[in-house]
Amino acid sequence: MTKRTVQFKIYRYDPDKDDKPYMQDISVELEESDKKLLDALVRLKAKDDTLSFRRSCREGVCGSDAMNINGKNGLACLTSMDEIAQPVTLRPLPGLPVIRDVIVDMTQFFKQYHSIKPYLINNDPAPERERLQTPEDREELNGLYECILCACCSTSCPSFWWNPDKFVGPAGLLAAYRFLADTRDQATSERLDNLEDPYRLFRCHSIMNCVDVCPKGLNPTKAIGKIKDMMLRRAV
Amino acid sequence: MKVAKRTFDAVIVGAGGAGLRAALQLSEAGMKTAVLTKVFPTRSHTVAAQGGVAASLGNSTEDNWHWHMYDTVKGSDWLGDQDAIEFMVKKANEVVVELEHYGMPFDRTDNGKIYQRPFGGHSQNYGQTPVSRSCAAADRTGHAMLHALYQRNVRANTQFFVEWMAMDLIRNADGDVLGVTAMEMETGEVSIFHAKATIFATGGAGRIYYSSTNAFINTGDGVGMAARAGIPLEDMEFWQFHPTGVAGAGVLITEGVRGEGGILRNVSGERFMERYAPNLKDLASRDVVSRAMTTEINEGRGCGSGKDHVLLDITHLSPETINKRLPGIREISIQFAGVDPIKAPIPVVPTCHYQMGGIPTNYKGQVVVPKDGNPNVPIPGFYAAGECACASVHGANRLGTNSLLDLLVFGKAAGETVVSDFQSGQLSLKPLPDDAADVSLARIARLETQTGGEDVHEVRLEMQRTMQKHAGVFRFADIMKEGVTKIMEVAERAKRTQIKDKSKVWNTARTEALELDNLIEVAKATMVSAEARKESRGAHVRDDAIDCAETPNGRDDANWLKHTLWYSEGNRLDYKPVNLQPMSADVEPIALAKRTY
Repeated sequence: MTKRTVQFKIYRYDPDKDDKPYMQDISVELEESDKKLLDALVRLKAKDDTLSFRRSCREGVCGSDAMNINGKNGLACLTSMDEIAQPVTLRPLPGLPVIRDVIVDMTQFFKQYHSIKPYLINNDPAPERERLQTPEDREELNGLYECILCACCSTSCPSFWWNPDKFVGPAGLLAAYRFLADTRDQATSERLDNLEDPYRLFRCHSIMNCVDVCPKGLNPTKAIGKIKDMMLRRAV
Repeated sequence: MKVAKRTFDAVIVGAGGAGLRAALQLSEAGMKTAVLTKVFPTRSHTVAAQGGVAASLGNSTEDNWHWHMYDTVKGSDWLGDQDAIEFMVKKANEVVVELEHYGMPFDRTDNGKIYQRPFGGHSQNYGQTPVSRSCAAADRTGHAMLHALYQRNVRANTQFFVEWMAMDLIRNADGDVLGVTAMEMETGEVSIFHAKATIFATGGAGRIYYSSTNAFINTGDGVGMAARAGIPLEDMEFWQFHPTGVAGAGVLITEGVRGEGGILRNVSGERFMERYAPNLKDLASRDVVSRAMTTEINEGRGCGSGKDHVLLDITHLSPETINKRLPGIREISIQFAGVDPIKAPIPVVPTCHYQMGGIPTNYKGQVVVPKDGNPNVPIPGFYAAGECACASVHGANRLGTNSLLDLLVFGKAAGETVVSDFQSGQLSLKPLPDDAADVSLARIARLETQTGGEDVHEVRLEMQRTMQKHAGVFRFADIMKEGVTKIMEVAERAKRTQIKDKSKVWNTARTEALELDNLIEVAKATMVSAEARKESRGAHVRDDAIDCAETPNGRDDANWLKHTLWYSEGNRLDYKPVNLQPMSADVEPIALAKRTY
């Protein structure tokens, strides 16, 4: 493949100078090495340095460059330029306050993550060596611990859009189940109490947008189902 | 511009592995601590580490810290300080077990212990056979570690200033460190963080090279800040080129792939490492493997239409092993190389990966500089840990999995030193000079008003190309000399950068311009230190160093067994001795020897 020109439509808003947001039409010539959307954005920024977006690892592990790409949440660094429809329409993640361009204020998202006590709770005195865990028990954490907190899932969830202050959202609930599923954790009932509420857990209606968009292929809906099972089991 | 002042017991700059580990010590001791980070903590580059963290737990094969110490000293090509190395390898089990207690999801052996895999340069019995020393969470060890450390800090109520970029170090007339200035990215406002202790944990500067495994954020911010504040940088000529970056993309493929049985092959399918390292083969030290690969490519045995890479082959491993132990690598190969490693080998090429040098520290995490004839005098109030620091445990070449160990051990050590200095009343809040924020404000004002200046993107690219060409895997006397002239020209251009974006809010053009100031310091330090070191050692290999009995592999211990110190002011070099004496009287020093694998 040689050089090609790609058309973009990008949500732009700088509160320092713009009264309101607008969609900017802009095109950029890509080099052969520009394989991912993030490469194209870096190329665009070299042309217009006012375009603002977050980015870091460029390999899908840090979770910085989540945005709404042609109507679907995803990571710019994992989105191939070969398969993308033009004009490439980029918007900030939906449902969170926009700070500037495609940069959103993630305070609410992290507040919900923090609310589930995202850390191992084990009050036994620490042994001298590692706590033992069978490979089978460790396998229970696969599909849970890999979350990169990019917020693609929570910001694609209608329940989170409506109640971002009350519903924990798929990312936070995936993390909650990650600790519930860990044989080393001792706070199961405390964790379930923390979610026993009309909103925090039960606003999930299994719409499964979270599963559809997760760039790491994780399944928050399944994890939420398992938490609901645990609730049910302890109720009977 | 008005400048807010905030006062803390301690300020930590950076929230990767080292910063988070240090923060835990301070938070748990009840110190009023601010952790400044330009990205949300779990986005720090520790997240990208893959293969594991070294500790001689001996869960799968017999192991002990003496062997780990030997491997690390040999890996460093004897440039590592043996007191710091002894300290690190002895602490390894403790800090890894602590992480497990924090909840880190390590893989497990059948009897429930932490899973360990072989890694390059790590051996049993002083170099004889590979050992399983790398404690791993699949091939996502850094991710699992960084999240576990962040989570533990949430539990400890650590106070973070997220998306704040530290700008300059504040020192008084005596040279004591009093804190930093920093800019809140959302508002563009500058604040002074005035503290009794300042810990730098700002990571490396791998972005000085054109082809790098490093994240965009790895711009050597702390290293640049220290250099501008008059602190020398140690051993900056030593950069690790990781053997297996994805050809063309630079994305890292862990050495753990070779630890699990992966083999490097040239165009004829030959396992060429057998010729270069008959004993450890594909698991030789990284500098050795990177040079072997470069030699294969230079001599026409590279692969692909450009004959510009070699192949990393794991097609002989079972799909179950690949999916269980190397799932992230499979994802990366498909995403960035377009190949499924179950079916076809991965195209790889040596890629800039790690900064062995940095801000000089001792094993306690104190920043040390020459003063009154003593080469290692601590600067009151200043500490550093992780990739930005040079303790020096990696010397001229780091072993894989020793970086995650470094950030745990020295992050904790720096934290412990600060806590103990704080509790014994040795730390005090010294008066701020009136001009504490002037340098930072002037830098911002210049970017506001610069006209007819240079484009940040262009200057950065020129720097990266210069470093790639003039300070790469193999180095040549005349090309390095030319590189020094060139990089000084680029540095002049960097003083006149200009940005179009004048917004106060999330101005990433301004952030990148400020980062370039830091990158440039690192690039100058690297180029000048490299040109001056007239020998081959570890990752620094030059054409005019002769391999003979007196100078094995071109290493000239008689003249060059010493640490480089580069001062930004006057572009000046100094040197200090390597500590060949371990910390404990009953530990034998690892004697100098020719390095073979």
